[in-house]
Amino acid sequence: MLYFANWKILLICAVCALGLLFSLPNLFTPAQLAWLPSQIPHKQVNLGLDLRGGSYLLLEVDVAAAQTEQLNSVIENVRNALLDAKIGYTGLNVQNNAIVFTIRDQDRIDDAKNALAKIDPALTVDIGSDGAGKMQFSSVATEQRRQQAVDQSIEIIRRRLDETGTKEPTIQRQGADRILVELPGVGDPEHVKQLLGKTAKLTFQLVDQSMSPDEAKRGRMPLGDEVLPAQTDRPGQPTQYLVKRRVMVGGDTLVDAQATFQNNEPVVSFRFDTAGARRFGDATRDNVGKPFAIVLDNKVISAPVIKEAILGGSGIISGSFTVQSASDLALLLRAGALPAPITILEERSVGPDLGADSIHDGAVSCIVGVILVVVFMFLFYGLFGLFADVALFFNLCLMLGTLSLLGATLTLPGIAGIALTLGMAVDANVLIYERIREEMRSGRTMLSSLEAGFTRAFGTILDSHVTTLVAGILLYWLGSGPVKGFAVTLSIGVLTSLFSAILVTRLQIVSWLRRWKPREIPL
Amino acid sequence: MIRPLIVIRRVPQIDFMRWHLFGFAFSILLGAVSIGLFAAIGLNYGIDFKGGTLLEAKTQGPADLAAMRAKLDDLHIGDASLQGFGAPDEVLIRLPEQPGGDAGQMKAVELAKQALGPGIDYRRTEVVGPSVGAELIRAGVLATVLALAAILVYVWFRFEWPFGVGATIATLHDTITTIGLFAIFRLEFNLTTLAAILTIAGYSINDTVVIYDRVREAMRKYRTMPFRELINLALNETLSRTILTVSTVALMVLSLLVFGGEVLKGFSIAMLWGIVIGTYSSLFIAAPIIYYIQPNRRAIAREPTTAEGEGGRSTSRQERRPRSAKS
Repeated sequence: MLYFANWKILLICAVCALGLLFSLPNLFTPAQLAWLPSQIPHKQVNLGLDLRGGSYLLLEVDVAAAQTEQLNSVIENVRNALLDAKIGYTGLNVQNNAIVFTIRDQDRIDDAKNALAKIDPALTVDIGSDGAGKMQFSSVATEQRRQQAVDQSIEIIRRRLDETGTKEPTIQRQGADRILVELPGVGDPEHVKQLLGKTAKLTFQLVDQSMSPDEAKRGRMPLGDEVLPAQTDRPGQPTQYLVKRRVMVGGDTLVDAQATFQNNEPVVSFRFDTAGARRFGDATRDNVGKPFAIVLDNKVISAPVIKEAILGGSGIISGSFTVQSASDLALLLRAGALPAPITILEERSVGPDLGADSIHDGAVSCIVGVILVVVFMFLFYGLFGLFADVALFFNLCLMLGTLSLLGATLTLPGIAGIALTLGMAVDANVLIYERIREEMRSGRTMLSSLEAGFTRAFGTILDSHVTTLVAGILLYWLGSGPVKGFAVTLSIGVLTSLFSAILVTRLQIVSWLRRWKPREIPL
Repeated sequence: MIRPLIVIRRVPQIDFMRWHLFGFAFSILLGAVSIGLFAAIGLNYGIDFKGGTLLEAKTQGPADLAAMRAKLDDLHIGDASLQGFGAPDEVLIRLPEQPGGDAGQMKAVELAKQALGPGIDYRRTEVVGPSVGAELIRAGVLATVLALAAILVYVWFRFEWPFGVGATIATLHDTITTIGLFAIFRLEFNLTTLAAILTIAGYSINDTVVIYDRVREAMRKYRTMPFRELINLALNETLSRTILTVSTVALMVLSLLVFGGEVLKGFSIAMLWGIVIGTYSSLFIAAPIIYYIQPNRRAIAREPTTAEGEGGRSTSRQERRPRSAKS
C-alpha cells in the first residue's frame, strides 16, 4: 500500500485537477465568466429556486371534469339520435363519467343501440334488458384523452407563460395528470397563478328572452337552455342570464385578441378565422335585434344587442374591464383555452432577496464549519491533520465540480448536505490515524503501522459510507424538491470523500515518506 | 516535523459495562416518553404534511402583529398564526388548511395577501394542498422504513445476527427519541426534518459498526477473555475515534445551526441531537446488548479470513495493557 504506481499517482492528480477545474467557475459571476477563454469550463452549479428565488407550482389537470364536459356536449347528439329514431327515453343526463338514460320501450333496445353507436366510436353503448342505458368512453379512449388533455394543457400553459414574458420557465409533465411549472425569478406568482387557473373557454351564445332566469329556475327550464351568472355585478345589469346552450361560435376560432380602448374604457378586440367569421356573420344576421351573451368559463361577461349583422369577422368585447383584466383576457384568448380545468396543488415560492440571504447563510456556515474542522484536525493530528485538510479541500472541489458537471440542482438543504459530508469526510481520516496510533502502540514498525492503519480501517470506512449512501439514495428516490437536493449532495459527497479521504491522503503520506525519509510518524 | 498539539496517549480504562443498566433504564424511559408524547400530543407537523399555507412576510418598519392578526381574523379563514421571525420586520404567517380541497388553499392565500394590503414583501410562500400533503406523508414514512430496513439488512449481512439485533435496537432508539424531541419541544416537523432523521439513521449506525468491528476483532484475538471485559476493551479502544469523529460532525452542524438561517434550524437541531444520542446509544445500548445476546464465539473465531481478522495473530497482548507511547 505504501507503493503507488506512477499511473496511479497520475490518475489521482488528474482527478483532483479536474475537480479543481470544474469547480472553479463557481467562484466567478456570470459576467466575469464571459471574459474567460472558452477552453475553460463555464458550467456553474445549477441553483435551486429556493436559492435564486422563483416559484414552483404543481398543477393537476382535472381530466374527469374535461370528460364530463365532453359528455355534456355529446348529450345533445344522444337526444337528437333518439328523437330521430323515434325512441322514447327518460332520465337522460351525465352521472359519474357516463351518460345515463332509460329506454321506455324495451322492444326498441336494439334500435337504440344501433342509433347511439353511430355517435362516437370512442363511446361504448350498453343498454340492459330493463332499458337502463349507459354510454361512456372506453378505457383506451379515456387514457388517450387524458394524454391529450395533459399534453395540450402543457402547450397552452407554455404559450400563456411566454406571453407574460416569464424567463426560462420549466414545464414538465409529472405522473399521469400533473404538470410541474418552475418559474425562476418570479417571487410572487399571484398573477401567474390567476392566469394559469383560468380555463379561458370563450363562447358566444344567444340569450333566451322568452322568460326571466328566475322563472326558468323556478319553473320549467326551456329545452336546451341554461342559466349562467354574470361575471361581475354591475349596477343596472342583470346578475344572471338565461342563454341557449347551443354555441354560436367558440373561442377556438379566434386568431387574435388585443386589449385596446373604446370610449376611454378598456376593451378587448378580437378577430375570427374565416370559418368563425362566417358562422358569426350568419348567426348575427339571423338574430338582429336580439342580445347575445359573451361567455367566459360559464360566466357572462356582457350581453350586447345585435344591431346589425357583423360580417367583418372581428369584434369588441366590453365589460367592466380594468386595463389589467383586459390585457389578461386578451392574453388568455390569444394563448387558447385549456382543455380541462387546472387546480394548483402546491406552491412554493421564494423571493430573490431571501434566496440571496440563504446562499449567504449557507456559504458562511460551510466556511465557518470547514475552518473549525481544519483547525481541529491540525490540533489533533499535526502534519497528518494537514494532509487530511488538503484532502478535505479537494473533496469540496470534487463535490462542486461533480455538481456543476452533472447540472444537478443545489438547494439550501443541499448546502446542508455539503456541510454534513465535509464533517463526515474526515471521519475516514480519523479512523485511519487512530488505527495507525494503535498499531504504533502495539510496537509495530513505522511502515507496518501505516500499512496496517490504512488496510484495517478500510473495511470500517466502507461500512459507514455504504449506510449513509443507502439513506441518501432512498431520500433521492422518495423525496421531493429541496430534499432531493440534500440527497444529491449527500450521495455525491459520500462518494467523493471515499476517494479523497483515502487515496488523496495516502498519496500525500507516501510522497512525504519518499521525500523526507522520516524516522517516525508524527502522531 | 509538525506534531499534534493535543494527543490522547493512553487508551482509557473506563468500565462502560458498569453503567449499562443505567443506560438501559434511561433509554427505556426516554423511548417510552417519546412514544407516549407522540401518541398523546403528536408532532407539530409543518405544512408539508398537514397542508396549509406559510407566508414569510417582510413589512415596512417593525411589524404590527396584532393589527395583522386582526385583518386576517376578519377573513374567517381559520386560526391564523403569526410569529416574529428573526428581524422585527419579519413575520411568519401560517394559515390552517382550508375547506374546499386544493383550490381552497390558493383562494385563502389570495385573500390573505389582499387583506394585509400592499407594502409587504412576501419573501417566501408555501402552499400545500391536502392531496399533496397526504402523498408526502406516505413517501416520508416509506422512505424512513425502507432506509432503516436497508441499513439493517446491510449490517445483518456484514455481521452475525446478534450484532444485527443490537444495531436495529440502537437505530430505532435514535429515531424514536429524535421524534420525541420534536414532540416535546413542539419543533416543526417537515420534509427537511425527515431528511435529518434519515441521515441520523445512516450516521448513528457508523459508530455502532465501528464498535462492533472491534468487538468481533477482539473476539478472535482474545478467545478466553470474559465477554464483559471484551466489550469494555472494544469501547475504550475506539473511544478517541468516537469522540473525534463526533466532534468534527458536531462542529459542522453547530455552524449550520448558528449561521445557516431560520430555514435550516429544524434540520440542524435534529442533526445535533441525532449525533449526540447516536453516540450515546452506540456506547451504552448497542455494545452492552451484545453481552446479553452473545454471538457464537467459536464460529467467529473460526473465520479469520476477513480483512479485519487478519492481524489478530501478529498483534501482541500489549494492546490490552498499553504503555504510554514514546514521544
